[in-house]
Amino acid sequence: MRLNDLPRILPPWAETLRQRLFATPLDALATLVCLYIIWRVSVPLIEWLLIDATWNGTTREDCRSSGACWVFIRARFGQFMYGQYPLAERWRVDLLGLLIVGAAIALSWRGLPRRKEASILALIVLPPLGIWLLYGGWGLKLVETREWGGLMLTLFLAIYAGLIAVPLGILLALGRRSRLPLIRFASIVFIEFWRGVPIITVIFLASLLLPLIMPTGFNVDRLARAVIGLAFVIAAYMAEAVRGGLQALPDGQAEASQALGLGYWRTMRLIVLPQALRISLPAMTNEFIALFKNTTLVLIVSIFDLLGIAQAALADPAWVGMNMEAYVFAGAIYWFSCFGLSQWSRLKEKRLQAAYGR
Amino acid sequence: MIRFLRDRKVRDYFWQGLATVGLLAVIWFFVQNASENMLKAGMATGFQFLWRDSGIEVPFNLTGYKPSDTILALLWTGIVNTILVSVVSIAVATVIGFSVGLLRLSRNWLLSSLAGFYIEFVRNIPLLFFVLFWYFGVLAALPTPRESLGLFDAVFLNRRGLSIPTPNDLAGFRIAVVVTLVLIAVQFGLSRWARARQARTGRDFPLWAVGFVLCGALPLAAFVAAGFTTSWDVPTLRGFNYRGGFVLVPEFVALFAALSTYTAGFIAEVVRGGIQSVRQGQLDAGRALGLSPGRVVRLVVIPQAMPVIIPPITSQYLNLIKNSSFGAAIAYPDIVSVFMGSALVATGQAVEIIAITLAIYLALSLFVSLFMNWYNARHKLVTR
Amino acid sequence: MKVFASAVSAAFLVVASSAGAQQLAPSPTLDAIKARGHIECGVHLGLPGFSFANDKGEWTGLDVDYCRSLAAAVLGDATKVKFTPTSVQQRWAVLQSGQVDLLSRNTTITFSRNATLGVNFQGINFYEGQTFVVRTKAKVAAVKDLADATICVAAGSTEEKMAADWFRERNLKVTVINFQKNDDAISAYDQGRCDAYTAGIGALAGQRIKFKNPEEHQILSEIISNDPQGPVTRWGDERWQLIVRWVLNGTIAAEALGVTSKNVDEMKAKSTNSEVRRLLGVEGKFGEMMGISNDWMFNAIKQVGNYGESYERTVGMGSPLKLPRGANQLWTKGGLLFTPPFQ
Repeated sequence: MRLNDLPRILPPWAETLRQRLFATPLDALATLVCLYIIWRVSVPLIEWLLIDATWNGTTREDCRSSGACWVFIRARFGQFMYGQYPLAERWRVDLLGLLIVGAAIALSWRGLPRRKEASILALIVLPPLGIWLLYGGWGLKLVETREWGGLMLTLFLAIYAGLIAVPLGILLALGRRSRLPLIRFASIVFIEFWRGVPIITVIFLASLLLPLIMPTGFNVDRLARAVIGLAFVIAAYMAEAVRGGLQALPDGQAEASQALGLGYWRTMRLIVLPQALRISLPAMTNEFIALFKNTTLVLIVSIFDLLGIAQAALADPAWVGMNMEAYVFAGAIYWFSCFGLSQWSRLKEKRLQAAYGR
Repeated sequence: MIRFLRDRKVRDYFWQGLATVGLLAVIWFFVQNASENMLKAGMATGFQFLWRDSGIEVPFNLTGYKPSDTILALLWTGIVNTILVSVVSIAVATVIGFSVGLLRLSRNWLLSSLAGFYIEFVRNIPLLFFVLFWYFGVLAALPTPRESLGLFDAVFLNRRGLSIPTPNDLAGFRIAVVVTLVLIAVQFGLSRWARARQARTGRDFPLWAVGFVLCGALPLAAFVAAGFTTSWDVPTLRGFNYRGGFVLVPEFVALFAALSTYTAGFIAEVVRGGIQSVRQGQLDAGRALGLSPGRVVRLVVIPQAMPVIIPPITSQYLNLIKNSSFGAAIAYPDIVSVFMGSALVATGQAVEIIAITLAIYLALSLFVSLFMNWYNARHKLVTR
Repeated sequence: MKVFASAVSAAFLVVASSAGAQQLAPSPTLDAIKARGHIECGVHLGLPGFSFANDKGEWTGLDVDYCRSLAAAVLGDATKVKFTPTSVQQRWAVLQSGQVDLLSRNTTITFSRNATLGVNFQGINFYEGQTFVVRTKAKVAAVKDLADATICVAAGSTEEKMAADWFRERNLKVTVINFQKNDDAISAYDQGRCDAYTAGIGALAGQRIKFKNPEEHQILSEIISNDPQGPVTRWGDERWQLIVRWVLNGTIAAEALGVTSKNVDEMKAKSTNSEVRRLLGVEGKFGEMMGISNDWMFNAIKQVGNYGESYERTVGMGSPLKLPRGANQLWTKGGLLFTPPFQ
C-alpha cells in the first residue's frame, strides 16, 4: 500500500526492480548478501565447468589445466550411455530410443487421427518390441543383460518398472476401495508393506530372495529381478496416487453409471478411471520421478546403471581422480530428465485446474 | 441356479474366496520352494545366529557395543544409529524446509528465486549423489589429524570427524537437566496464565523476554555450572588420531547433511503449498484487525496451513527414515550396513536377516505414522 | 514336481546307457552347463590381477583364467564362460541360488563358511596373506605401529574380522570402518578417512594402482594371516565338485610336469612320462571318468596355459602387479603348491 502511494519518480523498470529487490532496508541487505553469495559460488563454478576446462584430447595427460577434464567423459561417453553393450549392436538401442521418442511426439499431437487406438497399439507393441531389440533373439544377436549398462539401463529400469507399476497400482487402488473386505485388506497390506520399507532393502530382497523362492532350475534374470522389486514399490505409491484421484471424484459418477446398468468393471473402465487418472496424473508423474531417481540403488547389487558405470569408470587406473567430472555429468543427466518431467507434470496440473475450475 | 449366481452376496463371497485361495496358494508355493531350496543347499536356518558372537567392529555406537557381544546387540546398535540419524535429520530438515518454503514466498524476487533454485536443484537429483558428495567431497576438504582445526584446544575437527570432550561425571548434568525441565514447565504455566489474562483484561505480557531468560539463559548457566563441577575427558593427539572424548564420525555428519538438505527441499514445497492454500482474505482480515505481520503469520496463517502441511510432511519424515538406509553406501553403521551387510555376510542367513530388517523398518514407519496422526488430530482440536 | 524330475532323470539314464557310456553319478550342474553351452562363473567386482574387466568388458586375471581353464576342460573352448561380478555380500546367495556354477573370486577358505553356508572349497589357487597399505610419510614399519590408527576395510571380508582380532589380542586399540564395497573402502582411505587399508597382499598390489598417487603409499611386508583362496562350489553334485577340483589340480600338475601351452602338442605326441600321458588324455581316460572329454586338460593347457604361465601373465612379473611367486610357488621350489598324483 505504502509503495503505491508514493509518487513515481523512477522509470517503470527501475521501479519494478526497486519493489522486487529493495523495498525495505532489510530487503536491500538480503539482496546484497544474496548477490555476494551468488558471485562467490558461481564464478569458480563456471571457471571450473567451462573456462578452465579441457575439452579436447584422448588421455588423462591431456588435462593439465585446473578446470574440469571433460576428455574423460568424451573417452567414456559410449559406456556412460550403453555400458558394455557391444559396439556393433548399439544401433538397436538408438533405434528403440528413436521409436519411443517418435511415438511419444506423434501421440501427444492432438490432431492425430484415431489417437486413442494408436496409443493403445503403441502400448501393446512397443514394450515387447523393446525387449526384443535390446535382448535379441529371433534373428538379432543375443545381448545378455549383464552387458547392458549406463543411461540405457537406467531408462530401461524406470520405464519397464513403470509399465508394470501403473496397472498394478490401479488395481491396488481399486482393491483398496473395494467393498469386499478381504480384497480391501489384502490391498492395504500390500500397499503399506511396500511403502514402509526402504528401496535398498527391496532390491536386496529381490536379488537375494527371489532366486530362493523359485523352483530349482528356474532362473529369473537379475535385471528382471530388479525391475520386479522396483515395480512393486512404485505400484504401492502409484496406488496411493490413484486413490487420491478416485477420492476426488464425486460418488455420483459411479452411482449414475451403475443406475445405467453398467457392471463394476465397465463402470470403472468407462466412467471412473478415465476421470480419476486424469486427476492423479501429476501425482503419478511425481512417483515416476522418484522411481527414476531410485534406480541408482541397483548399483548395490552390481547392476551398472548410470551412476554404477560412473563409479566403475572411476576405478579405472587410467582415469584416477575424475570423481567430480563423473558425478557432475551423471547428476546433470538426472537433473535435466527429472526437471523436464516435473515441469511437464506441472503443466498438466495447471491445465487440469483450469478444466475443473478449481 | 442363475439367480443364485447373480446374487451379489454369493458373488462377493466367491470372488473373495477365490482371491484368498489364490493368494495362499502363491505364498505356499514360494515357502515350499524356499524351504526345499535351502535344505538342498545345506544353508543354516533359524534365529539362533542372533545369540552368536558378532566379532564385528562398529566405530560409532551409543550403546556401548563391543565386538565380543552378540549379533543381537549388533542389531540393536544398528537400530539406535538409524533412529539417531533420522531424528536429528528430521529436526534440521524441518527447520531448513520451513525457512526455504517461507523464503520462496518472499516478496524479494532474488530471495524467492534462490529458494526456488534450491528446491528444484535438490528435488531432481538422486539422494545417493548428495550422500556421496557430502562424504567424499567434503571429507577431502578437511585437514588431516595432525593439522586439525582446534577450538580452545578441546574441540578438534579433521578427516576423522569432530572430537569433543566428554564429562567424566554426569551428576551435575543430571541436576542441570532437571532444572531446565522445571523452568520449561514454569514458562509453560506462565504462558497459559498470560494468555488467559490477555483474554480477560487485554493486557500484554512480555512472554518472549521472560521465556528467553527462563528457557535460554538460566538453563545455560546451569549447564555451565555443571561443567565446572566435573573433570573432562579432553581429546588429545596420540599417534595417528585424537583419543578420548566423543568423536562425531564423518559418516554420520555426511549422512545427516545429505538427508536434511535433501528432505528440506521437499518439505519446503509442502510448506509453500500449505501457506498458499490459506486464502488471501484471511490475511487481509488479520491485518484489518490490526495484527502485526508477524502475528498474522503466527496466529492466522500457520494454524490454518498446518492441517494441510502435516500429512504430506509425515510422508516426507517416513521417506527420510527409509532413506537413512543410504548410509550403507558410506559405511555409516545403520541397520542396513551392520545387519544386512556385515552380519548377513558373516552368517549367510539371508532370509532371516532380511525379514528382521523389513520388520524393523515397518515398525518404525508405523510408529511415526501413528504419532503424526495423533499430532494432527490434536492440532485440529486446538485450532477449531 | 518330483515325479517329473525323476522321469526326466530316468530318461537321461536310458539315453546314457544306450549310448554305451559308463554309469556316472548324475550331475545336474554339468548337464545344465552342456545344455546352455557355457559356464557361469562368479568373480570379484573388479580386482586388477585377479578379476578385472577393461572398458570393453574383457575379463582378465588369475581367478578369471581358472574359469577359462574350466571352460576349456568341460566344453573344449576357453571362451565359453560368462562372468558374473559379485560383491562381498552377494557372493554366497549368488552361488547358493544356482545363478553361478562356481565362485572364483578371492574368497578365503574358512571353517565357518564351509560348515554353515552350504559351500565347499575345491582347493587353493592363491595363498593370500593379509597386510596393510599405509601412507609412506606416516612412518609405519610394522603392523603394531598402527596402534590408535583408523583402518578402512570391506565389510564381511575375512580381513575385517582378522584385523579386529589381531589388534584386540595385543591389547592395541584401532578403529575399524567397514565399507560395503572394496572400492569405497579404498577411496575413503585415499581421501584420508583412514590411516590404513587392509586386504590381502596380492589384492593390494592390484588395488594400489587405483590410488591417486600410488608412490605415496607403501604396502607393509609383515603379514598377519594366511588366507588360502580357491574356487567354491555348492554342496551336492559331487561330480561337478570333482571336475572343479581336478581342473585346478591339473593346471598345477602341468606346471610341475613341465607342460606348457607352447609344448603341449609335442608333449601329447611324444612324452613317455605316464603321468603326463594320463594328464593329457593319452592314457587312462580320466576325462570320461568325470563325464567330460579325455582332452580336458590338453584343451585347458593349450588354450589357457598351466598355473605358472597364468600367474606370470596376471599377477606375476609379466603384469603391472609384479608379485613374486612366494608361497604360490611349487613345493619343489620352496612354495606351498602341491597336487595329488594323477594316477
